[in-house]
Amino acid sequence: MLSLTCPNCGVQGEETEFAPGGEAHLKRFGPGSAEEAFEGYLFYRKNPRGVHFERWRHAFGCGKWFHVARCTATLEVFGSYTAQTSIVPQNIIDAIKARRPDWEMDQ
Amino acid sequence: MSEATSETVDISRLSERGMITVRGDLTSVDLQYQLTSLAGVDMPSEREAKVEDGRGLVWMSPDEVLMVLPKSDVEGVLGTFRETLGAIHHLAVDVSDARAVFELKGPKWREVIAKGAPVDLSPKAFALGQMRRTRLGQVAVAFWMTEPDTAELVCFASLAEFVSNWLKMAAKAGSFPDYLKEYKNDA
Ligand SMILES: [Zn+2]
Repeated sequence: MLSLTCPNCGVQGEETEFAPGGEAHLKRFGPGSAEEAFEGYLFYRKNPRGVHFERWRHAFGCGKWFHVARCTATLEVFGSYTAQTSIVPQNIIDAIKARRPDWEMDQ
Repeated sequence: MSEATSETVDISRLSERGMITVRGDLTSVDLQYQLTSLAGVDMPSEREAKVEDGRGLVWMSPDEVLMVLPKSDVEGVLGTFRETLGAIHHLAVDVSDARAVFELKGPKWREVIAKGAPVDLSPKAFALGQMRRTRLGQVAVAFWMTEPDTAELVCFASLAEFVSNWLKMAAKAGSFPDYLKEYKNDA
């Protein structure tokens, strides 16, 4: 079972209280960009076995969006953070490195 | 309806309850002043419910508060909002007919809600003054306590019959799993 903490209302809830929103920190390529970039923005998603950054919405709670860093293999959650950022906060990166010393951000 | 005993939970719909959804900057002093003076309670912090005698404020999200009051007072309060908060960016809407409120009366109300909500309802984790938005079965609800043995639960009005039947089924005498037994001494 996945247990997430919503940074907007502080609730630690069980997975069914939240709605998944897919990969986080996508860069939008809109009209005027190269076709390959637009295709990538629309369709190409990471699917790692390990650390993953995701968007979630507290659908049955406060209704707000937020970000989560978790491990897709073990369901370990490294932390949740505000939706109002396009970069991963340093405390989240530190929390991941503490548990996965070999992990590197790949972008 | 029979008097609540230690083994039963009485479920009743509060049809005279009015509700106003207020959205805005909850840190605004002017908004706080109007909300607290009209509701007659202090401003609730994150996940708090301040409800006394059917009147009060319930924190719903970082930018939303639910004001509860008698249905007959709703028009007057909305008029006061329009007059006093005109210049402050906010939204205040009468949702009395869009929501249904139920009262769960009896010391085992925790056992009733715990059958359908993924929430720790032990007295240590959930107490008077707190509120929780979650799901009951598959539907969205919010609930809070008004007295040690009484809780109020809100859902969308379109789901009122479903929730009413659900609560009454879950409150049947002798059907409680008693999973909170170990907390009894802390209550
Ligand atoms: Zn939340």
